[in-house]
Amino acid sequence: MEEENSVKLHGVWSSPYVLRVKLALKIKGIEFEYIEEDLGNKSELLLQYNPVHKKVPVLVHNGLPIAESSVIMEYIDEVWTDPPYLLPKDPYLRAKHRFWAAYLQQVSELLGKSLLLMTEGKDTDDIVNEYRNKMDVAEELIKEILPNNEIPCFQDNIKPGYLDIMLYSFLGTSDAAEELFGFKPFTAERYPILASWTKALSEVPEVKDVTPPKSKLVELLRTMRINYLPQKP
Amino acid sequence: MGEEGSVKLHGMWASPFARRVNLALKLKGIDYDYIEEDLANKSEELLQYNPISKKVPVLVHNGLPIVESLVILEYIDETWTDSPYLLPKDPYQRAKHRFWAAFFEPIFDMMKKTLMLQGEALETAVKELSEKLDVAEHGMKEIYPNGVPSFSQEVKPGYLDIVFCSLFGTQDVIEEFFGIKVMTPERYPLLVSWIDALKQVPQVQEVTPPKEKLLGFLQFLRQKYLPQNA
Repeated sequence: MEEENSVKLHGVWSSPYVLRVKLALKIKGIEFEYIEEDLGNKSELLLQYNPVHKKVPVLVHNGLPIAESSVIMEYIDEVWTDPPYLLPKDPYLRAKHRFWAAYLQQVSELLGKSLLLMTEGKDTDDIVNEYRNKMDVAEELIKEILPNNEIPCFQDNIKPGYLDIMLYSFLGTSDAAEELFGFKPFTAERYPILASWTKALSEVPEVKDVTPPKSKLVELLRTMRINYLPQKP
Repeated sequence: MGEEGSVKLHGMWASPFARRVNLALKLKGIDYDYIEEDLANKSEELLQYNPISKKVPVLVHNGLPIVESLVILEYIDETWTDSPYLLPKDPYQRAKHRFWAAFFEPIFDMMKKTLMLQGEALETAVKELSEKLDVAEHGMKEIYPNGVPSFSQEVKPGYLDIVFCSLFGTQDVIEEFFGIKVMTPERYPLLVSWIDALKQVPQVQEVTPPKEKLLGFLQFLRQKYLPQNA
């Protein structure tokens, strides 16, 4: 049963967090208005809707704002209650999916930090090792939620869900950073399951729809890197 | 409707995360076995149930482990579906409660960090924490627009109360340990009234560690991180 009404999403094209919400909305077939924010010049509405963090994404449903991508995804699943479901129905499976989503979120933050350190010319060995160790654990143990230990197949109307969305937002758009920094800790050789899962997701029509073009991301990262470089004395 | 079966909680008395789950189970009236873990010598079971982070809390329901305190709280609410409900029923309210729980998440690490600091670094850390609490003081007005309720049989603490309680329920002891005042009623009237209301709840009293024990533990940690300090 749907809520009739207005759904707006404040975001920026390059944010993986915004990508999550766009993808969730598209998968659920929810019509929405998208508002592109300029993070250097945030709209009055954004500041009013998310005064605490002043960040995107913010979903505004009938004038009521919801912030934090994982909170938004749970909200979407609870309000638009027809299938496809983002989370499974069984409480134990839900707990597993939420656990792995939170785990991947933490690991993805390590990668972001390592890129920042790299930009500042600092040593990244420790953080990259931590990233690799945590990803090794994910590669080994995430199988527990894959039926028959097989990566999901998104055909015959099987749509990505909450965990797929989180995984893709983190791993599906990392190739831009890899190209720019020449730094690729996430390889298909070391992470065959996670890599093939990401690839399967990248072929889903709704996912293609929301994925920003790699060349545009590379350009953005290049600009950001220049801005971050410490000034030479 | 309750799930019949075995419920076990692996926890540690000083862990705010384990405390959340203890509190949730007690508030929901769920029978369970509590296993106190020695974090320096973790049980085989814990390592088997949580090979990923090897941390507490772990809830084991009919032999199936669930980890991460917030994930466990949601699992409890979804499995034992009678009242009291940990999260509100309305999706928008649920979103607000989850948002603020996420807001409070970094606070444990901020507080833990203060144990390792002294002098100016400690002052800076305390200032950062105070500023975050300013945001919370303001934000809680949308959760409790009429002030914090007196919790009772009819109005039990829920998800967000549990999260807040786990982090700030022993604030007075922590402040006594450091000899500083952070959570003052002048600056944080709502948050202080929230702590006071929670302290009256029998289940909260049951899970709150005794003051002397906690002081001893903080002393032990401080000596570990700053051995030159007595």
